[in-house]
Amino acid sequence: MAGAIWRIWLGLVVGVALIAPAWGAGDFIVLQSTTSTRNSGLLDAILPVFQADSGTEVRVVAVGTGQAIKNAVNGDGDVLMVHARAAEEEFVAQGWGVERFDLMFNDFVLVGPVGDPAGVAGMDDVVAAIGRIAQSRAVFTSRGDDSGTHKAELALWQTAGVDVAAQSGTWYRETGAGMGTTLNIGIGMGGYVLSDRASWVAFGNRQNHRIVVQGDARLINQYGVILVNPARHPRVRATAGQGFIDWLLGPAGQAEIANFRVRGQQVFFPNAK
Amino acid sequence: MQDFAGTFAHSVGLILSGDAELWAVVLLSLKVSLLAVFASAVIGLPLGALLAVGRFRGRQAVIVLVNALMGLPPVVVGLSVYMILSNSGPLGVLQLLYTPTAMIIAQTILVAPIIAALTRELLEGLNNEYAEQLRSFGVSRMGVVATLLWDGRYGLSTALLAGFGRAIAEVGAVIIVGGNINHVTRVMTTTIALETSRGNLALAMALGVLLILLAIMVNASVAALGMSGRAAANV
Amino acid sequence: MSDRGAPLPVTVNDLTYRVGGQVLLDIPSLEISQAWPTMILGPNGAGKSLLLRLLHGLIAPTSGTIRFNGQMAGGAVGRRQAMVFQKPVLLRRTVAANVNYALKVHDVARAERKGRISALLEQGGLSDHAGQPARTLSGGEQQRLAIVRALASDPDVLFLDEPTSSLDPSASLAIEDLIARAARGGAKVIMITHDLGLAQRLAGDIVFLHHGRVCEQTRAPEFFAHPKSHEAQAYLASKLVL
Repeated sequence: MAGAIWRIWLGLVVGVALIAPAWGAGDFIVLQSTTSTRNSGLLDAILPVFQADSGTEVRVVAVGTGQAIKNAVNGDGDVLMVHARAAEEEFVAQGWGVERFDLMFNDFVLVGPVGDPAGVAGMDDVVAAIGRIAQSRAVFTSRGDDSGTHKAELALWQTAGVDVAAQSGTWYRETGAGMGTTLNIGIGMGGYVLSDRASWVAFGNRQNHRIVVQGDARLINQYGVILVNPARHPRVRATAGQGFIDWLLGPAGQAEIANFRVRGQQVFFPNAK
Repeated sequence: MQDFAGTFAHSVGLILSGDAELWAVVLLSLKVSLLAVFASAVIGLPLGALLAVGRFRGRQAVIVLVNALMGLPPVVVGLSVYMILSNSGPLGVLQLLYTPTAMIIAQTILVAPIIAALTRELLEGLNNEYAEQLRSFGVSRMGVVATLLWDGRYGLSTALLAGFGRAIAEVGAVIIVGGNINHVTRVMTTTIALETSRGNLALAMALGVLLILLAIMVNASVAALGMSGRAAANV
Repeated sequence: MSDRGAPLPVTVNDLTYRVGGQVLLDIPSLEISQAWPTMILGPNGAGKSLLLRLLHGLIAPTSGTIRFNGQMAGGAVGRRQAMVFQKPVLLRRTVAANVNYALKVHDVARAERKGRISALLEQGGLSDHAGQPARTLSGGEQQRLAIVRALASDPDVLFLDEPTSSLDPSASLAIEDLIARAARGGAKVIMITHDLGLAQRLAGDIVFLHHGRVCEQTRAPEFFAHPKSHEAQAYLASKLVL
């Protein structure tokens, strides 16, 4: 009796040990990227093309820019594709990345309720618009997650001379979450949200919200791509990763980005040099 | 906002559509959670049984610890497993981060204490009844553990189901260590999180309904399997 | 049947059992002969069950020794003994599986077990219930199963703790018959009971306990005819009134 049960138990232990590592097949790289590139559907559209060309599968981990960079610093990714130029350049300067390349841009838009309590709809100057939001103390929902969008938003507040940290929890609300979650929350509160255009166009739960401010040059959102430094992390799949970067920056990848549409709109504009 | 009736119709349509991507996600969910429950049973059942019959120093402390671990926050477990499996972590060499194996490890850490604690509770009661008789038979300590596990098997299946429930519904840990990578580590809960962040609330909710249906099916099949055996054992 | 060898006197020396300073059992000296079944009698709280558990080695005494044929109680000696409890403890398995378990624990080879199971069930009048869940048996059947399961190991000593206490007269009779046959088969029966009729029919000698002490130990006919101690007289009188 006892013997039989313990033999079964031993069998189970060995079984789990054998089954578990049977994953992790084939040739692949891990891309640390942001939620905007995935949630908009861009990566779903272009990665299969790259895989067909190269035979390399790209596994996407989509988190905020801040976390994506931290994961890359830990060596948990081969290629980094984010949008926060200063942070990217620091990443390379500290030796975590090999070289940063401009990849493409999209732009940010200010989204707000149809009722427009701050009266900013149609303004061309985004800095003036957010200044007016601060003045009227209308609800503004921020990512608050150290992402590229969050960094861009903070830079705008600084230009506008508004100390949002002091307003945190009053009219200025930080969700600490991704773009989609922040949009869901902002819409729920009837607040303003700074979103990248791609995420907004692809977003399915807009209710009574719309774009209120767009087109200011300061709303341009530049994406960069960087190979994680194999000198720092020997397990980085450098050859395959560089192959992916070369494809993205080359004519094939740039054309795929330009051809990508969300609900009929182009949301990413390739600008590799 | 979409209404509930519409959501339910949506999920039924989703199930009937037989969409291959969807079923791959469902299968991976089942595979990861079942293997995690399996691994947790391998750890939790003997551990719980030993705690039920053992009389050693610090036993009460271990029981308190195991009971407390039932409430481990998934995000903390996810972060801990991430830090261990990361390329910068002690086990980075195993290259398990962003694989289903990493998800199984995280879920096992969450589920094993539940199974161990419930097993201890159940078998301690059974042992109170059996202990003298088994000692009279001259059964060894390990033999007592095996006997209790076998005779308590129908009650223990509930402990396994409780563990499965936590595993299949869990998102905080698996999204960190799995990365929610399409076709690799995307499971039902992380898909729900993703579709919610895309603002596709109807699709997210439909997946949620599917998840609930799945949980009901697993519970029902275990109940059906147990029914006849339970009658035979009269418990 | 195994070779049981010479008579098996039980010798108890300076046995005490205390819990928190309270003396529950104090037996300076006691010898139990192999020759006949021994009945332990006494009012509730006398320490009868405690003595049985000490003899079987289920619990350890505070001080003193118990020897079977010179060997200390418990351990290997305990494995050559079996015990039937007041409320039968049946495994959550079938009737046959309960007997099989006892055989397996005592290292009876698989090939031999099947025959032994059917013989034992036959002996207990349980052949028709072999595949039935043990815990769905009636009270009398459960106790019969507990006894034949105890006999599966072919024990030198069979301890029984009030095996008929919760049974009706006809079920008690069937149990009595099983015990008598076990005794004739060579097992030394040491049994606690409150059923004086049963004690008179089965007992060779009586050990009468009161407040944790042995008040008297005499041959059964003499005990029932002329109890020496006041305690035994009072006990028998109360039983006869009832």
